[in-house]
Amino acid sequence: MAERRVWAMIAALLALGVLLVPLSQALFGLRLTYTVRVVALGGSLLGALSGAVGCFAVLRRESLLGDALSHAALPGVAVGFLLAGRQLGALLVGAGIASWLGLRLVAAILRTTRIKQDAALGIVLASFFAAGIALLTYIQSLPEASQAGLDSFIFGQAAAIIASDIALLGAVGLAVTLVLALLWKEFKLITFDAEFASAGGLRGGLIDALLSTLIVVTIVLGLQLAGVILMVGMLIAPAIAARQWTHSLEQMVVLAAALGAFAGGSGAVISALDSDIPTGPMIIVVAFALVALSITLAPGRGVLWRQLRQRENRRHFRSRRLETGA
Amino acid sequence: MPEPAELALVIDDLTVAYDQKPAIWDIDLEVPQGALMAIVGPNGAGKSTLIKAALNLIPRAAGSVLFHGKPYEAARHLVGYVPQRGSVDWDFPTSVLDVVTMGLYGKLGWLRRPGRRERAQALAALEQVGLLDYAGRQISQLSGGQQQRTFLARALVQDAQIYFMDEPFAAVDATTEAAIVNILRELNKRGRTVLVVHHDLQTVPEYFDWLTLLNVEVVASGPTCQVFTLDNLQKTYGGRVTSLHGGQVLAAGG
Repeated sequence: MAERRVWAMIAALLALGVLLVPLSQALFGLRLTYTVRVVALGGSLLGALSGAVGCFAVLRRESLLGDALSHAALPGVAVGFLLAGRQLGALLVGAGIASWLGLRLVAAILRTTRIKQDAALGIVLASFFAAGIALLTYIQSLPEASQAGLDSFIFGQAAAIIASDIALLGAVGLAVTLVLALLWKEFKLITFDAEFASAGGLRGGLIDALLSTLIVVTIVLGLQLAGVILMVGMLIAPAIAARQWTHSLEQMVVLAAALGAFAGGSGAVISALDSDIPTGPMIIVVAFALVALSITLAPGRGVLWRQLRQRENRRHFRSRRLETGA
Repeated sequence: MPEPAELALVIDDLTVAYDQKPAIWDIDLEVPQGALMAIVGPNGAGKSTLIKAALNLIPRAAGSVLFHGKPYEAARHLVGYVPQRGSVDWDFPTSVLDVVTMGLYGKLGWLRRPGRRERAQALAALEQVGLLDYAGRQISQLSGGQQQRTFLARALVQDAQIYFMDEPFAAVDATTEAAIVNILRELNKRGRTVLVVHHDLQTVPEYFDWLTLLNVEVVASGPTCQVFTLDNLQKTYGGRVTSLHGGQVLAAGG
């Protein structure tokens, strides 16, 4: 029964998402330009992708690893620019390499020193981000004009998204979905019990590396829209919200994708209400509003639900005590 | 002496060090096929470390381990593992049946998904540990004992030749303890080799026919009736074992 409720919720979210554009036009008299539609589509694709992949990051207790890795991407953007100029491909490849180096560095620190994980993440986040800011400042002092807008990678700049980016997002999203579907049981097991996975004959190290790669790829794709600072929100908010509604990993991943797509699309539409509302931060605000709603309302795990049940229990036991007393 | 071919596990010269201090030192161990063996020793003796190093889960400083004469890489399918219950997050969104089915993932190999046959095997294992009614239950709703039995069922579907169990009796209720003992005897009857990290000296002679006493190094290893002596226990626990009356052992800090 609970399962059907969640599937219904996913269907409702998707329907709402499809109707988002005509609805907002009818209700708010919004005139959605081509640009806004492209950004909204990009936001939903990215939201779906990061929602699905983010579930594994959250369940592996690696939410803050996601944050460190997205910050670590910044120097890669700068180096990519210095080597190849302002080409999105080069910038993203640079970001991916830097982020991946950050991942390896965290692992190396944990393996070879006694530094704990939170401190290791802090080291990588701060040092890579500082290097990125320093490089960007240096690039801005260069005489060429083409460096303009490079700092949009810090906070994200949704308006920069164009149709070819949508194609890239769609293609990578498809590839990631395929990998998730094919290696579903391996990813599930390594997330639940990595030791047993390795002892039971699965190539633990390889699966772990693949899953980390998916997370890095997702982060890199989201940088343009959300920026290195807010990307972690895209990654973890849909997953945290989805976890409140369901007890099955399959449903959690699908629901997180739907919630992420909804946040991405509606955040973009809301920001179109006024040209002063930034898109990336608006998407994150919507995503965390969904988190707040879920934590409050979700049956079973929600705060409201638990308080109601507690009150009911108290009343129930009080009345039983009265009965036995009489 | 058993023939070499009958040895299920041969550990030679195994050493593991954390920060230069050895956790286990120069372990030589031979376990015959079909043994039901307890690994016993004080806290910090390296019992879990021994198991994890044998299964390649932590790096070895030195030594080799052979399972039925083969190195671990060639013997994965022969090995079953029951990790400590506290090593996973029991709030993970999945069902009891799903966790038990995970024991079959290694055999299924890449890309193949569990189907009807795997489901039947998992249900059979759940019946063996007395959890059939809980198959569809969320794992977050299980008691400690039920969690332990779920892990045991997951190991059973692995249908391994040699089992490694890390403290399966730790803080479980009487029902679960009885269920685990039944399973151990059943595995023993079918000729499987089982190694169990164990804490309760009282039950060693009753549950296990083979015993390894460990305190960083192997103090003694062999049939329980020969190894389970006051002298050996005092060597293992450093004189804190006070008496041994007809199998009754009083150990401080065990």
